[in-house]
Amino acid sequence: MEPKPIALKVLDIISVILLGTATYLALVFAPTEAVMGQVQRVFYFHVGTAWVGLLGFLLAAAAGIIYLVKKDVKWDIIEVASVEISLVFFLITIMLGSIWARPVWNTWWTWDPRLTTAAITELIYIAYFMLREGIEDPDRRARFGAVYTILGGVSAPITFMSIRLFRTIHPVVIGSQSAAAQGGFSMTGGMKVAFFFALFTFTVIFIDLFWHRIRLGTLAAKVEQLKLNIMN
Amino acid sequence: MITVKKLVKRFGMKTVLRGVDLEVQPGEFVALLGPNGAGKTTFLRILASLSRPSLGEVRVAGYRLPGEAAAVRANLGVVSHLPLLYGDLTAEENLRFYGRMYNISNIEFRISEVLEMVGLENRRRDLVRTFSRGMQQRLAIGRAVIHDPEVMLFDEPYTGLDQDASSMLDEVLRSVAAQGRTVVMTSHDLARAEDLATRFDILSRGIITASVTRNNLKKTSLPAFYKQALAN
Amino acid sequence: MNDRPLTINQTLSIVRRPSPNFLKATFAVVWKDLAAEFRSRELFSAMLVFSLLVILIFNFALELDIKTRQSVTSGVLWVTFAFAGTLGLNRSMSVEKDRGCLDGLLLAPVDRAAIYFGKVISNLVFMLIVEAIVLPVYSFLYNINLFQPGLLLVVLLGSIGYVTVGTLLASMAVQTRTRDVLLPILLFPVAVPVLIASVKASGGFLTSADFASEIMPWINLLIVYDVIFTAIAFMVFDYVVEE
Repeated sequence: MEPKPIALKVLDIISVILLGTATYLALVFAPTEAVMGQVQRVFYFHVGTAWVGLLGFLLAAAAGIIYLVKKDVKWDIIEVASVEISLVFFLITIMLGSIWARPVWNTWWTWDPRLTTAAITELIYIAYFMLREGIEDPDRRARFGAVYTILGGVSAPITFMSIRLFRTIHPVVIGSQSAAAQGGFSMTGGMKVAFFFALFTFTVIFIDLFWHRIRLGTLAAKVEQLKLNIMN
Repeated sequence: MITVKKLVKRFGMKTVLRGVDLEVQPGEFVALLGPNGAGKTTFLRILASLSRPSLGEVRVAGYRLPGEAAAVRANLGVVSHLPLLYGDLTAEENLRFYGRMYNISNIEFRISEVLEMVGLENRRRDLVRTFSRGMQQRLAIGRAVIHDPEVMLFDEPYTGLDQDASSMLDEVLRSVAAQGRTVVMTSHDLARAEDLATRFDILSRGIITASVTRNNLKKTSLPAFYKQALAN
Repeated sequence: MNDRPLTINQTLSIVRRPSPNFLKATFAVVWKDLAAEFRSRELFSAMLVFSLLVILIFNFALELDIKTRQSVTSGVLWVTFAFAGTLGLNRSMSVEKDRGCLDGLLLAPVDRAAIYFGKVISNLVFMLIVEAIVLPVYSFLYNINLFQPGLLLVVLLGSIGYVTVGTLLASMAVQTRTRDVLLPILLFPVAVPVLIASVKASGGFLTSADFASEIMPWINLLIVYDVIFTAIAFMVFDYVVEE
């Protein structure tokens, strides 16, 4: 087996350090928000993980298109890696969001565009894995997976828009704020540091995990190949 | 009529065909024999344009696959172990549907002609669902020749037929389907293959290991030849 | 090429032309589906009986009294259509897969997209027929007038979007091991926008909401969805049936 590349080892260590620092910034360094209190600190990681989830979602759809054009297994591995990571991070986003929503909105869950879209995206991902599970032929599995990520990639934004046609209560912290949103606030200097640092941290963690997952996918393919060589 | 050079087919990492070379002259009837899992069906599906070759050159009726698939399909008839017929349509309606898909002119006349050839003119208005397996298979042959193709492919046409139905099918295959056409047939029924074919090719582990024409087979029997070819 | 001996009854009667045009092939598929269905009425009766049962269950589950009726009718109708739709789509593609007919279609020298659109049109016809029966029955049972031109337009647009995506996903689902259960799981999360927009637009018509502000956006959304997904399905269908 190939040893783990040095660069990847370094990235692992950097990720851990960054995560520690980001945690410190979010939980200690950033000032406490006046109205919501301590629970607002969830926000930094909430947005960080949401950003990474979205990144994985977009990467998956792009990898799906490229796979159909090029038919190169590499893109299938990238697609699966993106979907898997995105699935987990969206789940974390939803859980952190619920923790925050309980005191602020007075409910764990509400059918707001973002929440609903996140939930449906998770369902699309689960359907994606069930689809792949049901197919033996690896080429067909990759092709159907690619088609489904494309359908999901187009449908999720439309879902978001369509639910947005209802009135939303999700706060928009960056950019314009709708009057009905509850729980909005404006960021002070210390908050901004914690916020952007969290975004940066999760991007690095994403790259690290992505790298690991692609390496795992490639190794799995190699194992498959070796198995076949032995059998023949 | 059919030229295959260094054909390789992989499913994911599993190589099913590993460099098949085959040349079929116009009017030849080639029986492709081999044990289960040798890649016979895969090979036939590639000739039928249903599956893409991974590597190598395939020409059927003068057209290249997969590039000129539409032209190949217009000149190709396929009889498989499944009838490829709709149970809720009558014999005549099934043929009419396929006639339209092949864009043949004078369609009603051709339907009567084909039904007469396969001996089903009395049952033309009966639902295919009510047909016996043997009758379905005869109608399947009618379906395959409706557009008068130059090349015929038979994929295990005897599967699921009893002795009587098999000999009846023999007759129809010989007189209707094979007459004046180039044929490739896969089968593991050596006796039937010996009756019909003019050449016998043995496909084993993804390559053609032996080939003999009917005339050269005179000295030895087909089963003996088959056993010997597989032993090598 | 044609140097083989000709037998008179085989060859003189037909003249082979290159390949049928797109529309001709599409309608051959539609004709085939409708003829088979007209004969057996399997798919249609299953969809219809199922729809009526769903409405019956909703009747008890939701206590459809006069007050609630106003607000939940559009939801009940679309849930019914969606469920009956999956039933029909699954069946319509299983028929192709079971006797190897899908291979038969793919062996024909026609554009694969023509096969796809043929299946879409026949699935749409089945769904519209079921809807054409369910709507008056519902009107009769609950004394609500569902025959408003606007509402019928929404039913048409919603069904088109649902069937477009559904046919594509059903042709994927029948090629998997878990084909019986997979279609709704694949289809529902992707079809959410159609369902939301259809429910909202139908509800708007039933409660006589303001057309420009409360109904039009949803109809626009339906049109956008229909166009986008027809285009995507047209582009990717080849990848779903090739090997």
